[in-house]
Amino acid sequence: MESTTEKLLGLISDWTGGYAGAFSIRENGSCAARRSTPHIQIEDKPDAPGLVVRVSPQAQDETVYIPACVTHGGVDDLVYNDFYIGDGARVTIVAGCGVHNDEEEEARHNGIHRFFVGKGAYVLYKEKHLAGGKGKGLRRIDPVTDAVLAEGATLEMDTLQLGGVDRTTRKTNATLAAGARLVIHESLLTEADQTATTEFSVDMNGEDSVVDLVSRSVAKGDSRQSYHSCIRGNCRCTGHSECDAILVDNGTVSAAPELYAGHIDASLIHEAAIGKIAGEQIIKLRTLGLTEEEAEAKIIEGFLKG
Amino acid sequence: MLELQNIHWSLPGGEEIVRGVDLRIEPGRLTVITGPNGGGKTSLAKLIAGLENPTEGRILMDGEDITGLDITERARRGIAYAFQQPVRFKGLTVRNLLDLAAGQQLEEHQACALLGKVGLCAKEYLDRPVDASLSGGESKRIEIATVLARTNARVLVFDEPEAGIDLWSFNSLIEAFQELKRERSGALLVISHQERILEIADRIAVVAEGRVRVSGPGVQILPTLLHEEKSALCPLGMDRKEV
Ligand SMILES: Nc1ncnc2c1ncn2[C@@H]1O[C@H](COP(=O)(O)OP(=O)(O)O)[C@@H](O)[C@H]1O
Ligand SMILES: [Mg+2]
Repeated sequence: MESTTEKLLGLISDWTGGYAGAFSIRENGSCAARRSTPHIQIEDKPDAPGLVVRVSPQAQDETVYIPACVTHGGVDDLVYNDFYIGDGARVTIVAGCGVHNDEEEEARHNGIHRFFVGKGAYVLYKEKHLAGGKGKGLRRIDPVTDAVLAEGATLEMDTLQLGGVDRTTRKTNATLAAGARLVIHESLLTEADQTATTEFSVDMNGEDSVVDLVSRSVAKGDSRQSYHSCIRGNCRCTGHSECDAILVDNGTVSAAPELYAGHIDASLIHEAAIGKIAGEQIIKLRTLGLTEEEAEAKIIEGFLKG
Repeated sequence: MLELQNIHWSLPGGEEIVRGVDLRIEPGRLTVITGPNGGGKTSLAKLIAGLENPTEGRILMDGEDITGLDITERARRGIAYAFQQPVRFKGLTVRNLLDLAAGQQLEEHQACALLGKVGLCAKEYLDRPVDASLSGGESKRIEIATVLARTNARVLVFDEPEAGIDLWSFNSLIEAFQELKRERSGALLVISHQERILEIADRIAVVAEGRVRVSGPGVQILPTLLHEEKSALCPLGMDRKEV
């Protein structure tokens, strides 16, 4: 494995020279290392580049790591990963992506993930994206996530993109059966002339399904973000989405939340707020001895974490 | 020691809010500013902390003119200010804010001790965001704790610390002020309408219509204030109903 890859792995996943549990490390479009465990089987996808990850119902509080790294320009990595989560399993999936580009050509990772979450299963999906390097070539990460949640299943997604990614288009689609729960926390920071597009599309098809979608983003420099979410309540269900954005410098954000209630007992809420950092927040931190710049950095750091 | 000399402050539109205030706030003493709402007390606190700049007059700290220093510089010289209206933050936790105030990462027991002083059962609060999910009284007490966390503070300003605080927390607040007086050589300035805070004041200044109407030792000023209150003149806006 390249040293750049190891560095990226440390930043995007809990890599400390190794992983406890099942893992598969993808480096510039091929597999660098892999391990299955008795309850978590990882195989190559037969018909396309990518993985099939099978988590058996016996897996309880286990973790699987599937990070992907691109370490130079001229790589366009497209990968299809399928996750089959057995009924009642409890698993954490750590899926970071790091792109390093010192070259002139574009470096891109495009991960298409499909989750089939079994009845009563619980999945925590953690995804950290970042990019760096000195090259002029663009760094792109374009994840697509499709999730199908069976009765009583829970999928919690914590996604974090903290800078360096020049272009990103993030698409997440989900359908929920009865009693299923989808919780998404997205944190996104763009700067310079980066752009980020986020699209969520969720169908609540089963009684008492629940969606909670929280997006926190910061647009700095001349960066541009666009956010579109569509939550469809097709039965008795509860949906909540919250989109909060902070503008710094000349950053722009367009937010288009959409709710569709197709049933009398669908209860849907959307909250959105876009604006610069409240002046009084900066003033309060300055009275504690921080400079204006330090105050701004702390407020943004807390906002994206929270 | 902090000294205000002939401080004037006007709104951008020209209306004069603070109209020539002279005030000395001495180390190791508790000075209480009281007076009717709208009299200019918070404006004075903001002028001291550097949130506003006087249109005329000087502010001296230990003889040094600090009128031209900005908020950060004054904070670093030891001016601490608990806002009348606490600020909410989306994302920062109580622990984050206390760490920032202390200028270091506090041990859990240190952070808990600070919250204990303002009557909050600590552990429950440390990881809560300082946002709209806190009640008015809770955020007020956390605001006070951020000033107690400033161990290097030499001038501590509390703007109506009693507001929204229940009796039990109020008692621990009084204790905290007395402890500050005993154990720190700092100058303590509390803006308050509370009789029990006035009772422990070394000095009281009554501010109304942008001026110091009367000031002097607490033992002299308080009886006159209470007398005026009881005669139903209520000239000072003291509110004894809250506690
Ligand atoms: N930034 C401001 N803009 C407009 N009016 C202000 C501002 N700050 C203070 N004032 C006015 O100045 C007066 C004094 O306010 P303040 O200092 O908050 O009084 P106190 O704290 O004694 O109640 C009030 O009439 C208030 O409305
Ligand atoms: Mg006031």
